[in-house]
Amino acid sequence: MSAMIILLVASLIVAIIFLLAFIWSVKNGQYDDDVSPAHKILFEDQVNQKSK
Amino acid sequence: MPGEEDAVKNNESTLCYHCGEPCFNNDIFFENKIFCCNGCNTVYRLLNNAGLCSYYDLNEYAGKNLRQKNRQNQFAYLDETNIKNSLINFRQDGQVHVTFLIPFIHCSSCVYLLENLHRIEQGVTRVDIQFLKKEASIIFNEAEITLRQVVERLADIGYEPHISLNSADKKQSITDRTLIFRLGVAGFCFGNIMLLSFPEYFGYHAQGDDFLKNIFRYLNVVLALPVFFYSAAVFFTSAWKGLRHRHLNIDFPVALAILVTFIRSLVEVFSGAGGGYFDSMTGIVFFMLAGRVLQDRTYAQLSFERNYTDYFPMAATIVDSDGMEKPTPLPQIKAGDTLRIYNGELIPADGILVKGNAEIDYSFVTGESLSVKKEMGEILYAGGRQMAGPIELLTIKEVAQSYLTGLWHKEPYSEERNSSAGGNSFVHGLAKNFTFLVLAIALFSGIYWYMHDATKIWPSVTAVLIIACPCGLLLTATFARGHIMRILGKNGFFVKNAFVIEKFGEIEHLVFDKTGTLTSAANMEVSYHGASLSSLEKIRIASLTIPAYHSLGKAIKNYLSVDQLFPVNNFQYFEGMGVEGEIDGHFYQIGTSSFIHPPIISEIEKGTRLFIKEDGIYLGYFELRQGFRPGIRSMISRLSKRVSLSMLSGDEPHQKGLLSELIPAEGLRFKQMPEDKLNYIQSLKASGIKVAMAGDGLNDAGAMKESDVGICIAEDTNQFTPASDAIIDGKQLHLFDKLMTFCRQEKNIIKICFGFSVIYNVIGIYFAVQASLSPLLAAIIMPCSTLTIIFLTWILSHIAATKLR
Repeated sequence: MSAMIILLVASLIVAIIFLLAFIWSVKNGQYDDDVSPAHKILFEDQVNQKSK
Repeated sequence: MPGEEDAVKNNESTLCYHCGEPCFNNDIFFENKIFCCNGCNTVYRLLNNAGLCSYYDLNEYAGKNLRQKNRQNQFAYLDETNIKNSLINFRQDGQVHVTFLIPFIHCSSCVYLLENLHRIEQGVTRVDIQFLKKEASIIFNEAEITLRQVVERLADIGYEPHISLNSADKKQSITDRTLIFRLGVAGFCFGNIMLLSFPEYFGYHAQGDDFLKNIFRYLNVVLALPVFFYSAAVFFTSAWKGLRHRHLNIDFPVALAILVTFIRSLVEVFSGAGGGYFDSMTGIVFFMLAGRVLQDRTYAQLSFERNYTDYFPMAATIVDSDGMEKPTPLPQIKAGDTLRIYNGELIPADGILVKGNAEIDYSFVTGESLSVKKEMGEILYAGGRQMAGPIELLTIKEVAQSYLTGLWHKEPYSEERNSSAGGNSFVHGLAKNFTFLVLAIALFSGIYWYMHDATKIWPSVTAVLIIACPCGLLLTATFARGHIMRILGKNGFFVKNAFVIEKFGEIEHLVFDKTGTLTSAANMEVSYHGASLSSLEKIRIASLTIPAYHSLGKAIKNYLSVDQLFPVNNFQYFEGMGVEGEIDGHFYQIGTSSFIHPPIISEIEKGTRLFIKEDGIYLGYFELRQGFRPGIRSMISRLSKRVSLSMLSGDEPHQKGLLSELIPAEGLRFKQMPEDKLNYIQSLKASGIKVAMAGDGLNDAGAMKESDVGICIAEDTNQFTPASDAIIDGKQLHLFDKLMTFCRQEKNIIKICFGFSVIYNVIGIYFAVQASLSPLLAAIIMPCSTLTIIFLTWILSHIAATKLR
C-alpha cells in the first residue's frame, strides 16, 4: 500500500510540472499568435538572426 | 497590332511580378520578370540584393502596388522630439522599441519580409510580428537610424504603418489571459480528480483500507481548492455583483450550485460519510469556462471602438511667415496658423481657404459622395479630404473645437455603449424561471423528507441543487454563440460580442446609409453625353485611360468596350485634374472641368463628370456614379419582406429614381446631416421599434450608436471603421438577409439544446429527491449532458448555416 502512496505522489508531481509548463508558456505569449508560427517553419532562412 | 492584343488579355505573363496588377504599355523588364511600375521594380531589386526573394516564393503577388509615391516630407513630423517620444515604447542602451500597426500585413510573405527587415536596413535590430493584430514590434539602434527613416523604409517596401492621433501614448495592449489560466487549472484539477475518484465509483473502498480511502478523498479536496477559489471566482464575483444590484443574473444559480456542491462534499469527506462530488463540481466549472472562452473570442485585427482620433493624422504641416514648413502635432495647432494640406490629406481643423484649388471629399463627415469645390475665402471644415493639389488654409478653430470634434463630444457619440456580454438576453429570463423551479423542487423535497425521514433532508436538498444546475443553459448559450460567431466570421460578418447576435435577429427596421453601403465604387455606372464617338475615337480614348491606373479610368474603358488598344505617347498625369497624351496621331485630354474648361452644361449633375478634348476641341463628357453592388437588388427585395427599410442619404436626391425602386418613398430621405440621421433613429426607437443602422462613415457614427444594432459596412477590413456593434465585409452584403435569419435561429438552437439537457436534469432530480444520488451517477450525468450540449450546439449551428449558401 505504501507503493500506492508513492505512485500517487509521483504522478501528481509530474502532472503539476505539466500544469506549470502550461502556465509559463501562456504567460510567455507563445499562444498569442497561433497563425504565423505555422508559416515560419516553412521559411528557408531563419528570421530575426543577423547574417554574418 | 499584335502586341497590344496580348496586353488586353489578362494572362499570367502580363501581371506584375511584385503586386499582381496588370501591366500595360509601361512594361519594365528585369531579370526576365515583368513589373508594372518603377516602384514595384525597385522593391524587387531591393529584396533581390538582400537575398530575400523567398518573399515571392512563399506567396504569389504578395506585394503592394507602389505606383503612388509618398510625398518626400510626408513623415517629416517624426523628427519632432515630442512626437517621437509619444510613439516610442521605451529606450534602453541606445536601442529604441516601438510598435506600429501595419494594415497591409496579410500573408506569410509579409511576416517573412518584415522579420528580416534587418537585412535591408542595418539600423534595425529586430522585428517581431503579431499577425492577428497586424502589429510590428520594432527595435532599432538610435545611433544608426531615426524613427522617421524606419517609417520611410517601411513605406518604401509597401508596409506603411498607420499612425494616427490615437497612436500617441497608447499603452501596449496586454491580452487578457486570466480566463485561460483559470481554464487550465480547472481542467488539470478536473482530470485528476476524476482519475482519483475511480475507486470511489467502483466501490473499491467498501472493503479494507480506510487509510488509503482517506488519502484519495483528501487529495480530491486539495485538488478542488484551486478550482473553487481561483477558477470559479468568475462566477462568484458576477453573482455577487448581480445580488448587490438586487438582480438575479444567470451566474447566481451556477454560483449557488458550485457552493452547495463544495460544502456538501467537504462535509461528506470530513465526516467519512462519502467521497463527495468534487468531480462534478470541477467538471462543471471547466466546461463553463471553456464555453466562456469560446464565446469571448475577439477579432484582434478589427476594432469596434474607433473614434475620430483614429482617422486624424498625428501632425499637420504649418507654413510660417518665411514659407518654411513645420510639422506640428494636432493639439498644438492654434487659430491663426496657416496649414498646408496636400493631395489626399485630411483637413484637421476648421479654416478659411487662402491658397490653392480646393476640391473636398466630405463623404466621411456628411455623406455627400461628390467632391465639393470651394472658393477662396470659404470655410473648409475638418474631416474633409482634399482631392486636388496642395492648398493653404488659415485656421479659425483649434482641432478640438472644430465642428467635427464638437459633434463627437456630443451625446450619444461619447457615451459608452452598454456592451456587457449578457445584456438583456432571453437566456436571463429562462435562467430565472429555471432557478425558481429548482429552488421550489428543493424546498418541496426538503419538506417531504422532513415529514417522513429527517435524515434525508440534507442529502436530498443538496443533491437537487447540485444536479439541477442551469449550467446546462449557460453552457448551451455560450457554446451555441461561440459556434455562431465563428460561422458569421467565416461569412464576413464580425460581431463585437455574442449578445449582438440575438439583438440582430430581433431587428424590425433597418436603416441604410447610401454612400458606399448599397452602392460601390467597383460597380460604376457610366453614361456619355456629347458628340458621338467613332469606333477609332473610342479605342483611342480607352487607350488613354490605361496608363493612369485610376478606377474612374477603368470604368470608362469598360464602358467603351473596345477590343484593342493603341500605345500612348507623351502621356502625362495631373493629380486631381486629368490626363493627356498622343494616340494614333491625335492629342487627347480627359479631366475635370478645371482642367478642360468645357462649355456650360445644362443637365443636373448626377455623378462625377470627366470631360474630353480631341486636338483641343471639346467633344463631350462621361458621367460616372456608383452603382449597386452585385446581388443587392434581390437581397433588398427579400429583406423588405421581413423588416421595414429606410435609407438616409447625405446626398442631393440625384439617385432618387434608382433608389426608390428598392426603398418605399416614406423611408427615403436625402440631404441628411448626421443630426438628422440621429433624430430619425431616435424617433423610431421611441415607438418601440427595434432598429438597426448600417453605415460606413463617421457621419453615420452617431446614428449607429443610437440604434439597437450599429453595423458598419467595410469595403476593406484593413481600413478603419467607426464604432459599431458589427462589421460586415462589403462583398458579403448580398447575404445580409440570410445572416439576419441565421442570427434569428440562435434562440431556437439554444432552446432545443437546453430542452435536451433538461432531460438529464429530470433523470438526475428523480434520484436526487429520493436522496439516492450517488457520486457515480452524478459523475455520469454531468459529462453526458455536457457532451450532448456541445455536440448538439455544433450540429444545429451548422445546419442553420447551410441556409447561408
